[in-house]
Amino acid sequence: MQLREIENGLRREIEAVKSGKLSKRDFIHNMVLAGLTAPMASQLLMHAGVAHAQQYKSAYKPTKRGGGGPLRVLWWQGPTLLNPHFATGTKDQEGSRIFYEPLAAWDTDGNLVPILAAEVPSVANKTVAPDGKWVIWKLKQGVKWHDGKPFTADDVVFTAAFAADPASAAVTVATYKDVKVTKIDTYTVRVENSRASPFWADPLVGTAGMIIPKHLFEAYIGAKSREAPTNLKPVGTGPYKFIDFKPGDMVRGAINTDYHEPNRPFFDSIEMKGGGDAVSAARAVLQTGEFDYAWNLQVEDEVLKRLETGGKGKTTITVGGNIEFIQLNSADPWTEIEGERAHPKSRHPILNDPAVRSAMSMLVDKQSIQNFIYGRTGLATANFLNNPSRFVSKNMKYDFNPDKAAATLEAAGWKKGSDGVRIKDGKRLKFVFQTSINAPRQKTQQIIKQAAQKAGIDLELKSVAASVYFSSDVANPDTYTKFFCDVQMYTTTMTQPDPELFMNQFVSTNASSKANKWQGRNITRWVNAEYDATHKAAESEQDPVKRAAMFVKMNDLAVGDYTVIPVVARPRVAGMSSKLNAPLSAWDNDLWMLRDWYREA
Amino acid sequence: MSQYILRRLLIAIPSLLGISLALFTVLALAPGDPFGELAANPNVPPEVAAELRRKFGMDDPVLVRYWSWFTAMLQGSWGFSFVSRMDVDQLILQRLPTTLVVIGSSQLLALAIALPVGIYAATRPYSIFDQIANTLAFIGFSLPTFFTGILLILLFSITLDWLPFVYRADIAETGWRFYWEHFKQMIMPVTVLGLFQAGSWTRYVRSAVLDVIRLDYVTTARSKGLAERVVIGKHVVRNALIPVVTLVALQMPAIFGGAIVTEQIFRVPGIGSLLISAMLANDTPVIMAVTFVFSILVVFCNLLADVIYGWLDPRISYR
Repeated sequence: MQLREIENGLRREIEAVKSGKLSKRDFIHNMVLAGLTAPMASQLLMHAGVAHAQQYKSAYKPTKRGGGGPLRVLWWQGPTLLNPHFATGTKDQEGSRIFYEPLAAWDTDGNLVPILAAEVPSVANKTVAPDGKWVIWKLKQGVKWHDGKPFTADDVVFTAAFAADPASAAVTVATYKDVKVTKIDTYTVRVENSRASPFWADPLVGTAGMIIPKHLFEAYIGAKSREAPTNLKPVGTGPYKFIDFKPGDMVRGAINTDYHEPNRPFFDSIEMKGGGDAVSAARAVLQTGEFDYAWNLQVEDEVLKRLETGGKGKTTITVGGNIEFIQLNSADPWTEIEGERAHPKSRHPILNDPAVRSAMSMLVDKQSIQNFIYGRTGLATANFLNNPSRFVSKNMKYDFNPDKAAATLEAAGWKKGSDGVRIKDGKRLKFVFQTSINAPRQKTQQIIKQAAQKAGIDLELKSVAASVYFSSDVANPDTYTKFFCDVQMYTTTMTQPDPELFMNQFVSTNASSKANKWQGRNITRWVNAEYDATHKAAESEQDPVKRAAMFVKMNDLAVGDYTVIPVVARPRVAGMSSKLNAPLSAWDNDLWMLRDWYREA
Repeated sequence: MSQYILRRLLIAIPSLLGISLALFTVLALAPGDPFGELAANPNVPPEVAAELRRKFGMDDPVLVRYWSWFTAMLQGSWGFSFVSRMDVDQLILQRLPTTLVVIGSSQLLALAIALPVGIYAATRPYSIFDQIANTLAFIGFSLPTFFTGILLILLFSITLDWLPFVYRADIAETGWRFYWEHFKQMIMPVTVLGLFQAGSWTRYVRSAVLDVIRLDYVTTARSKGLAERVVIGKHVVRNALIPVVTLVALQMPAIFGGAIVTEQIFRVPGIGSLLISAMLANDTPVIMAVTFVFSILVVFCNLLADVIYGWLDPRISYR
């Protein structure tokens, strides 16, 4: 079997590196020749316990602190609060990230980069348990809070306790509620995970890991959390100190002259302006140069290209795991069972036929959707799991072929009726296809509808206002988690470089239903025992290579059964001034490396 | 007079109560949830959103929630924003100065155009000046502000690169540069709002003056040999302005509402953009507070118009 072969080959090479027979560089070179990307190769080495092969390398050039003038960034949805543990969306995390820092952050290849930690823990250094059950973090010494107090292990322990207290109502509670963080000495903490997991680095790291000062929040842990004055006047360890904040409009910060990295930061002040819309934000950065950086430019590629022609700014694309995809309902949305539509126990009367599902997948013209709708901001893909590269399957192919789709249906007994729509046993091939109101999505719907018509499938297009479609309103039948129709399309986000959480979207025990107020993550209500077992096994598999193979298999099971049809991978798109040098990451906030941002002369 | 005002204020109370109840019910029935974004985030367990809903009392019946809002309001508390986790009155106060400056200047600009142009056009009806003024006024109030706003941005920010199109309430400058930067960024939003208003007011001033200028007492004044300046200034305009003043007072709240679009285009951090972002985030206490401020403005401006009207025209008596 092909998978086995890849796995064994990798193992031999990794062993060669460990025993010194092969240099790390040669290993990576060989892997690239074998068709793997360099980050994937370095990942394999890191997880196999070989010291970090390729880590984030700072390209920071300035030789002194400050002197860079103001840095102006535009967030078309401005932050509304500045406590990272209350952040309702990435906008709030980003606003907080100017001032607060985690122990370590994720670079765009999925590697950890130490920030407030002295080093990244590893099995080799005996700071991570071989089964990932505990982690020991050594903290950086000499770090000061903006008010001059020293940063110590107490702050780290406190942050975990603050977030873990259900009465604090922190949004990061899931990360902390089952872990135990204890102090070993002033600059060392130990994190005890509730279960053995190869993905040990979630608490105290990245977006959920920003450390808050104990001396300012101590009196406000629990039910009084919302009264803490520091919620609106952050005091952190970051490169910029807080000046003022107007929710939704403006966050301002000034240089932290005591910052714990030499020669940083470059800018004398930072200004984060909120409000407006994505198109005019793109314009202010790319065309007029009023601002240096704009976040999340959900703008048609054609418009971005036109704005870039002046040469004042450039669009940067950061490829992550987000994906625009189509779901085919496994449950029956048109019949009520126990008073519930699309009950997880029900099966869809037509889509349950594998021939129909495979025909549907042949009717999605991904290449045209990329070429004519998304451009650089949506890349046609055959896989659901697209990143980090070590988890990407090479077995899935996509094929746009309406004739083959028609032939498949014909062979399965679906015959064309007088109106051109296929019928079998009195059931017509007619589906309701819903998505949110958003120009590229409506265009995609049209492209698919036309192809489906040729093959004899009638698609009724439905579009729901985004504020309703993506809400969790239990009373509204049109939310995406209810999925009370046959086919739907939206983008799902992958927030961690580890796919365990991302891939739980197909685990049958997670099915979205009335019992869990439609908050289960398995929205298609797909049931596959092999998938469930593989996901369960991956949760505790310690061998990174085997585990990667498991996620590849899960992707192939879900995509191969056509429960979902991947359409385009959605990279993160930002605009920046052509002189700005800002390292970005797909697995962390845009401002994850704000300290390294500088402007070229 | 004072008795009349008192009576009007007392009548205002039940109407404000009715407005607040209607607003609250509509908002409670509207789809959406301030913690919807949390529910879509796989890292946040559903219990957190449920706990937040419970904590902010969102699972109570509408009437219970209305009652707690109402009693808090009586004690002077405007509520607590779900999204920003801060007091609503603080949020509004932060934004008020910007709104007042931008809307105030645009109204002054509108008056500064409408009064002289309207009066001059009325004294020379159907002259070339009148025709041109009329045409421009029609264009002025038939072009929506979101259109003229984008047009100005295209011309002055993008083609000519003279003016910034992102409004920044905090400018890190001092001295004359501070005022200059503020002036520069205010030009476009104030012009857009001011010209729109000036269009309809010019038409109104012109017809009001035209109504008065034909009356007998004006002819009498002229025949006394008074200078034309005195006739127009003292006899015509004074009387003609009575309905105009009422109109300006009555339109004030509408202007606050109409400025929302302009605030959005230029990213002016005023009350209007606060309302929009609160609506998008389903932040009910903020929506409630801002719309309630608007309704108080409407009731108050109505009262003001009535009072000013009687003061200008003593024939109207208050009983």
